[in-house]
Amino acid sequence: MSDVLVVAEHRRGELRDVSYEAITAGRELADARDGDLHVAVIAGDVDAFAEDLNREGVDAIHTVGNGEEFDHNVYQAAIAALLDRTDAGTVVAPNSVNGLDYAPAVAEDRGLPLVTDAIGFEYDGGLTVTREMYGSKVETTVDVDGDRHVLTVRGGEWAPAEGVGDAAVEAADVDLPESGARVTGFEEVGGGDVDIADADVLVSVGRGIEEEENLDLVEELADALGATLSASRPIVDNGWLPKNRQVGQSGKVVTPDVYIAVGISGAVQHVAGMKGSDTIIAINTDPNAPIFDIADYGIVGDLFEVVPELVDEFA
Amino acid sequence: MKVLVTVKEVAEADDDFAIEGTDIAESDLEYDLNEWDDYAVEAAVQLAEAGIADEVVAVSIGPERAEETIRMALAKGADRAVRVWDDAFEGEFADVAAKVSAIEAVVEVEDPDLVLGGVQAADTGFGATGVALAERIGFEHAAVVNDLEVDADADVAHVHRELEGGVEELTDVDLPAVLTVQTGLNEPRYASLRGIRQAQRKEIDAKDLADLGLTAEDVESALAITSMYEPESESDAEMIEGGASEAAGRLAEVLRDKGVSA
Repeated sequence: MSDVLVVAEHRRGELRDVSYEAITAGRELADARDGDLHVAVIAGDVDAFAEDLNREGVDAIHTVGNGEEFDHNVYQAAIAALLDRTDAGTVVAPNSVNGLDYAPAVAEDRGLPLVTDAIGFEYDGGLTVTREMYGSKVETTVDVDGDRHVLTVRGGEWAPAEGVGDAAVEAADVDLPESGARVTGFEEVGGGDVDIADADVLVSVGRGIEEEENLDLVEELADALGATLSASRPIVDNGWLPKNRQVGQSGKVVTPDVYIAVGISGAVQHVAGMKGSDTIIAINTDPNAPIFDIADYGIVGDLFEVVPELVDEFA
Repeated sequence: MKVLVTVKEVAEADDDFAIEGTDIAESDLEYDLNEWDDYAVEAAVQLAEAGIADEVVAVSIGPERAEETIRMALAKGADRAVRVWDDAFEGEFADVAAKVSAIEAVVEVEDPDLVLGGVQAADTGFGATGVALAERIGFEHAAVVNDLEVDADADVAHVHRELEGGVEELTDVDLPAVLTVQTGLNEPRYASLRGIRQAQRKEIDAKDLADLGLTAEDVESALAITSMYEPESESDAEMIEGGASEAAGRLAEVLRDKGVSA
């Protein structure tokens, strides 16, 4: 029961980084509980994946070869079988789009408490999880009842597991259900005329621009600076700019020389897409906006006053 | 078909806020319809307008205060609403299973073919209730849907799930199902004046746990918030001070220094 089961994630033949991060988080929890670390890898080329997942600190890897791609029903059945067959009490899954497609069902099915989007935890006789609330404005600690749980861990919060382990790899034979949700294909979105990932300088606009008409203002700035225009999610959701301009977890990951965030608060999903930029400049009215945490230069001010002045500087 | 749409009144913290105990001070919170749920309501109403849904019922767990928000969903086109609240929820941090128990009881009465809800609530950000609900009530599900086409004759929903990195997964989901709706799925309408007037006459059925055949034990939470604090700023940004003109001037220097110019 003190063991931990980490569920790896892959897509279209590639393991995703969150798998290695989840291994680190899982190892941390297993250490605190004096337990073993199991890793489950489900569907696709599980033997090749198992080799890559055999990182330092992994005690056992369970492969469930069924289907090529993600199917939440297969994941759920496989995890349930592994919980029955191993001594694992706690499941650690990535807090990803797919993680959130099966982890809540696993918790519900097994009657386990669920905490999602963990950014840290402590185990001292009981589990206490750190997570954010109110759009990242606060952090909370949450005490979790019992000694079995399902936990999803936020990407980028734990370092990826490294090294080579000596885990036993075991193929698990699992009875899998007929699935009522069938993946029929994938679609790349955000193609088109411009690839914002190629730009050296990005002027990126967020919710602070308020109205579609005001986009002219940031377009002028981008022109004045010879920069490319990009945006955070709400601008694309509103249909004001096409999807190929979106920076963030579900859009593009960009690493320009200079990234100018105009009216972007810096939600974690956005930051995941631009934190690798060389120089980050943020203009925002809210001095507590998380964008300033990762900025190199910040102006707390009204973009409608600052941006025209900046355009004039380069006119 | 009947569509149930889950809506939540969420709290948003003001720019300046104080923490009292393990929550933000009531006076520093503004309440609104959860953004993700707004897209779910729109999706449900569009299904009704397309003749696919016969009835759209909104369900919400929330105190009486939440009726204002529920009326927004009604003004946008939901036919009626069920609001669940009980003293047992007061002052508790309801976990996913507790919320699912309350919604499950409503599902038993309403018997929907499709349940739509937002991917997550803006305040607590768990992103789990829809998928857990599907498991409890024996529905299929899909999380993070950003494209939806319902084929009522074939009892299947063709959806896109928005994965990370600009990739969408195309999935066929058998009905009955629970779908969690991502922002950007559609363009949520503003409530019209006529809609707002009509909403005043629509029914919001308030139910407590006993009405639903539940007890406080059924919604007992396995989670308790033990502390809340503002994260320490990790900022090492050079903050550029001064008025707009002065700040823009200094920023221009920085940009030129980095080799930026048209």
